[in-house]
Amino acid sequence: MNRIQQLFKKPGGKLIPYVTAGYPLLNLTTKLVLAMEKGGADMIELGLPFSDPLADGPVIQASSQVALKNGVNTQWVLEQVEIIRKSSQIPIALMGYINPILKYGYNKFFSDCRQVGVDGIIVPDLPIEEAKDFVLLSKSNNISPILLVAPNTPNDRIRTISQMAGDLVYCVAILGVTGEKLSKEATLVKYLSRVRENSNTPFIVGFGIKTHQDVERINRLSDGAVVGTAFVEKLRDSNHPVKTILEYVKELKGIK
Amino acid sequence: MENPIKTYTLPDEKGHFEIFGGQYVPETLIPALSELKELYNTLKQDGAFTEELSQILKSYAGRPTPLTYANRISEELGFHVYLKREDLAHTGAHKINNVLGQILLAKRMGKKRIIAETGAGQHGVATATAAAKFGFPCTIYMGTEDIERQKLNVFRMELLGAEVIPVSSGSCTLKDAINEAIRDWVTNVETTYYLIGSVVGPHPYPMIVRDFQSIIGKETKIQFKDIANGDQTPDTIVACVGGGSNAIGIFHTFLSDNVRLVGVEAAGKGLKTGKHAASITKGSFGVLHGSASFILQSEDGQITLPHSISAGLDYPGVGPEHSYLKSIGRVEYASATDDESISAYIWLCEKEGILPALESAHALSFLRSPDNGIHSGENVVICLSGRGDKDAQTVAEFLGRDI
Repeated sequence: MNRIQQLFKKPGGKLIPYVTAGYPLLNLTTKLVLAMEKGGADMIELGLPFSDPLADGPVIQASSQVALKNGVNTQWVLEQVEIIRKSSQIPIALMGYINPILKYGYNKFFSDCRQVGVDGIIVPDLPIEEAKDFVLLSKSNNISPILLVAPNTPNDRIRTISQMAGDLVYCVAILGVTGEKLSKEATLVKYLSRVRENSNTPFIVGFGIKTHQDVERINRLSDGAVVGTAFVEKLRDSNHPVKTILEYVKELKGIK
Repeated sequence: MENPIKTYTLPDEKGHFEIFGGQYVPETLIPALSELKELYNTLKQDGAFTEELSQILKSYAGRPTPLTYANRISEELGFHVYLKREDLAHTGAHKINNVLGQILLAKRMGKKRIIAETGAGQHGVATATAAAKFGFPCTIYMGTEDIERQKLNVFRMELLGAEVIPVSSGSCTLKDAINEAIRDWVTNVETTYYLIGSVVGPHPYPMIVRDFQSIIGKETKIQFKDIANGDQTPDTIVACVGGGSNAIGIFHTFLSDNVRLVGVEAAGKGLKTGKHAASITKGSFGVLHGSASFILQSEDGQITLPHSISAGLDYPGVGPEHSYLKSIGRVEYASATDDESISAYIWLCEKEGILPALESAHALSFLRSPDNGIHSGENVVICLSGRGDKDAQTVAEFLGRDI
């Protein structure tokens, strides 16, 4: 059983911060992940930067550009996970677009992920139509393929996606890209209840979540809240990134 | 001669041309793509729809466009050159063929707003034109670098009532304009129709755009028979390839004929300099903007910046069907540099009294290449995809002239 499967056996809402690997500086990534864990994060979403991230808003896009300028590539990100694993067992999912993974080679990618201790993979531009081989290879390497559902995904398709994913589903909270405003309560309740009724796996929710109140709201309706753009904004604006991130995770968890 | 394909039915149900094509997009767009595919498959067999499109292509876009015998360059080259005159279509390029088809789809789908990307501005102008004609609000995404080199087209789009949004991320050109258009579409998918301008993007776009552009080849076939002395089909057809819509448009009807088909990519400052846009000739397999194809990328799978003097060819990918046709050897792909294309631009002006688009000048320059494999006396058709007024400023700058 991988760390994601173990985590989601436990009841209750989870907090899942996101950070773009190699942003703002190469030597901060492992420190930031460990600070997130120390602050109370339950799982980490680590971004593999891509030149053309079309599901992301301007904030995460800009962080990807900086990371690429810093020289980040897939191999480097996997090395960071290896370093983190020396002192931490927090579940880690990578988030990346399909092209760099395709270029790295599916077989090598999953076998290297397994070796360094990655637990899950999220690919925002790989819908189930194109994901068959990817999902099989992921599962055969004990890595959870975290497939996406959107607010306009029909019920029967939610069932197919959740069956195919098996361990965990990622619900995009809004029609839009990362960093936009969260929908109204009634819209969210309707959408996430529909997912609850049709999904036989746990699901986490991301896009537009910024405050402790947002996290509590989302966790009442799902199994975990992903906070991405807000973390990248904090990093962008801070002179003491590790301290800032530690405090922000605590704030999101409601720890005084 | 090349190997003609007897029955050609691609793409398959999921939009694949073997390993190319597909739908590599965020989940949010899947319902919209399914809806579009279903509607299109119904409408293409609907006589009323095809008749409406055919009428508007005739009465508004000015089709059929002529096939002109280029007697002076034919004389110089020693083979017969015919120009398929897409420069004479309304708005000055082949782009209008696809735009009118898709805007009728948007109308039938009940969409309230049109968005599009543009590189050279020709697709943006065509989209803004059709949006004006059909009464849709229209937003065009355009890279800031392209805005700089195509000011005339930006002004034309604004006159036509479109909002032109400058895109300053990445390379500030066509690929970034497509990213931004996709982000807008993801956010406004329920009300907005994304009118893609080339045979790129997720299924069903490469198929739909191809079908709407295939009128170029269908007309060429009929016209060639009329004006050539007893020959049924040309020996060779040449077209420029950026995303590849004019090339697919003229090639498609001839895939099962004994006709040599040549696509010409932009070699920019030279294939060896790394400053080019030759995705088929120099690229590798990958995924960009929703489909698998040949793309320009780094060893790490990051998209690299293309270069071409022609904004319409300055794109790091190519339509998936071109990659497929290359992989099976049915279409040959060559390239032409910035210098060669400028020279061909001036050549056509002087010899035939036609200003070609710089994109089309890439196809023309193939005719003058010493190893082009064209025999004397052959019949060659060039797809003259657009007119070159928009490029006069670029050509003047290249020549160091102040206008």
